[in-house]
Amino acid sequence: MIRLEKRQSPARLWSVAAPLLAVALTMVAGGVLFALLGKDPLATIRTIFWDPLFGDFAFYYRPQLFIKGAPLVLIAIGLSLGFRAGIWNIGAEGQYIMGALAAAGVGLALYPLESAWIFPLMVLAGAIGGLLWAMIPALLKVRLGTNEILVSLMLVYVAEFTLASMALGLMKNPEGMGFPGSRNLSQYPSAANLEIIAGSGMHWGVVAALLAVVSAYVVLSRHMLGFSIRLSGQSPRAAAFAGVNAGALVVICMGLSGALAGLAGMFEVAGPAGRVSIDFNVGYGFTAIIVAFLGRLHPLGIVLAGGLMALTYIGGDIAQGSLGLPIASIQLFQGGLLFSLLAVDVMVNYRLRWAKRRII
Amino acid sequence: MSDVLLRLAGLTKAYPGVVANSAVRFDIRAGEIHALLGENGAGKSTLVKTIYGLVQPDSGTMILRGQPYAPGEPRAARAAGVAMVFQHFSLFDALDVAENIALGMENPPPLRELAARISAVSEAYGLPLAPRRIVGDLSAGERQRVEIIRCLLQDPRLLIMDEPTSVLTPQEVDILFQTLRKLCAEGVSIFYISHKLEEIRALCQHATILRLGRVVGTCDPRETSARAMAEMMVGASLHVPSRPAVEAGAAVLRLNGLSAPPPRAFGTALRDITLDIRAGEVLGIGGVAGNGQDELLLALSGEVRVEDAMLRLRDLPIGRKGPNARRKLGLLTAPEERMGHAAAPEMSLTENALLSGAGREGLTRHGFLRWRRARDFATRIITRFDVRTPGPDNTARSLSGGNLQKFVIGREILQHPDVLVVNQPTWGVDAAAAAAIRQALLDLAAGGAAVVVVSQDLDELMEIADRFAALNDGRLSEPRPTRGLTVEEIGLMLGGSHDMEAAHEAA
Repeated sequence: MIRLEKRQSPARLWSVAAPLLAVALTMVAGGVLFALLGKDPLATIRTIFWDPLFGDFAFYYRPQLFIKGAPLVLIAIGLSLGFRAGIWNIGAEGQYIMGALAAAGVGLALYPLESAWIFPLMVLAGAIGGLLWAMIPALLKVRLGTNEILVSLMLVYVAEFTLASMALGLMKNPEGMGFPGSRNLSQYPSAANLEIIAGSGMHWGVVAALLAVVSAYVVLSRHMLGFSIRLSGQSPRAAAFAGVNAGALVVICMGLSGALAGLAGMFEVAGPAGRVSIDFNVGYGFTAIIVAFLGRLHPLGIVLAGGLMALTYIGGDIAQGSLGLPIASIQLFQGGLLFSLLAVDVMVNYRLRWAKRRII
Repeated sequence: MSDVLLRLAGLTKAYPGVVANSAVRFDIRAGEIHALLGENGAGKSTLVKTIYGLVQPDSGTMILRGQPYAPGEPRAARAAGVAMVFQHFSLFDALDVAENIALGMENPPPLRELAARISAVSEAYGLPLAPRRIVGDLSAGERQRVEIIRCLLQDPRLLIMDEPTSVLTPQEVDILFQTLRKLCAEGVSIFYISHKLEEIRALCQHATILRLGRVVGTCDPRETSARAMAEMMVGASLHVPSRPAVEAGAAVLRLNGLSAPPPRAFGTALRDITLDIRAGEVLGIGGVAGNGQDELLLALSGEVRVEDAMLRLRDLPIGRKGPNARRKLGLLTAPEERMGHAAAPEMSLTENALLSGAGREGLTRHGFLRWRRARDFATRIITRFDVRTPGPDNTARSLSGGNLQKFVIGREILQHPDVLVVNQPTWGVDAAAAAAIRQALLDLAAGGAAVVVVSQDLDELMEIADRFAALNDGRLSEPRPTRGLTVEEIGLMLGGSHDMEAAHEAA
């Protein structure tokens, strides 16, 4: 019989080793899954994790790592602040959409005006769009005590339908011959989120993500706000004793995560995606939750986890094209990662003991 | 002899460091209401848990209706006819009364049949309760009726009631007492635990008094005064050292009709507390747990806001100010619960020093943390208060209770408060550490600060307090000089009779 025994203090080694072990376990489970699908497991895993970085076409895929990783990291950083305080914003996907819609709205409204102010204005609009969308669950929680998990999650669906409505109606390209979707913002010079260095994948969203990582690190380790966040997450009553205003903290954390998700949406809609379309969102807001936890809610961990998740997106695409792997199996793989992490995380707080079988 | 229902013979139960029950022996007769009296920590709950099968005694035996009785678990106790109504209810808010009762039964009958039986029992014993009502909508008194009816459906021979009136309104108390008398007339014995002496005098035929785990007396409460019972409870051997009378300074903190609703279900409301706390004095506030101590601390620390004028610090109204604004003005507090309230268990001592010391010790600048200063502050606390730890980087959780308490109290004292309010400053702390903490509080007062010590340890309050007041059901008695205060007077103040006698004597 195996027995779990609570540790005196969380194991340092395990808190670092758990994500690595979770990745390894997921690869094994993924390999079994691929084998059951009739694919060569080793080849498939190599296609997903090796080829994008070191394969023949790596020069094409490596920039993709930034393009896919930036929104994941940007959103996950925002989420991690709330998660550390025990404030569960599950609706980043919706805030991402609303940020994109707000930014695109500004850009499309000003088309075809050319001005250096348009792009910054859109950045601002993106952040505000996500922030306002996150304020709905935040204020409902503070005022009425509703559960932010449910409200923020449900608002994702509202955002998705708003997106569809915009793509088919208000924001539809008047010169688009009746096809759904807006004008292509990446072809509108004043609004386009272009690569800073051509061919590198480094667009402004990557810069924003790096700024967010550094700021989050400084706030968490050196600022009173970060201290209040950590304190509230660990001991809510001690936080009240320390004078932390719980309601204000909900508004700040939800607001920050909403604004960052909105920014991610803005950079996406003005750059890689280019336009508002029905299928504009691809689940970054949900995947970012996995990124945040896989990165231990730590800014540097989130960068690594974001890179890994971006890799599964890119590798998944390749495997889909070259090996005919269904896209669902990649999503299964991503979900499996969170699942393994939660399972392995038991080892951080508990140790295994081989107990003698007791006759009951 | 034949009318003895339950005989306890030499029950002893020791926990590490404390003997909860020591050779407890007494009888509960059939059809009597038998009171169990004692201060907190006297061993009442251990004894009751032993009878109900939740605790196994180290030695001693019990005999129930002539048969040896040693329940290994509550189910066995219930099977033998022993039922218990706990102080805190275990009910599901979202379910109705009948469903809740069914959940607690071994073989519940169909719900409709059960509902009929509930109605029958509730009518027979005058406990109005509709079986289909949702428990979440019930008052505390009605919830208690659910628990009582759950017990009565088992046809118990002995019904244990732990502090049943603490959550009831006076009218509900009347209904409860009628029910209990009716049960007792039918031959059911009731074992009644309470601190409320007047209630016991009105209800019980027999009382056993516990102190420090031993039976120190028995009496017939109908013929014994509350004063005499209080004396037996507290013990005549209170250690009252002589303290030089301190010249009291000006009032620093004024509580003016401080009232607050209970912050949580089954909390205590604070009712119209008026009090002046003077510079240079130690004011002791005694009382049985759950009479408003925690609530008073929350209202003073600023975690619970009250009306502005209810609290004045040097004439400045502060009732609506938060904890940090009050700290800035010189009012510091140390709550009772160390782990998770006064300190964050998973955080380092440096971070815990920051927890309340950020403002007064200048540990932040423009919101940014000055880690070196925080670490220095933590180190100062550790050195000055002899906190046994390898260093300030260790987590609060790694410290023993006494060491963490020294750290928490030291953290507030080193910030040079004008007013310091502490709750249970030496609870669970070894004698040497307790003495050090008390001395530090006395030194603080000698330096001109006003110190309020809330404690259930009367010896402690007698040792360090200049004035003494008692909390009872959220009300505070008139404070009286500790010098010359007799044991009987203290007992009466604690028991809530202060409205009549004590106030009369003070006049």
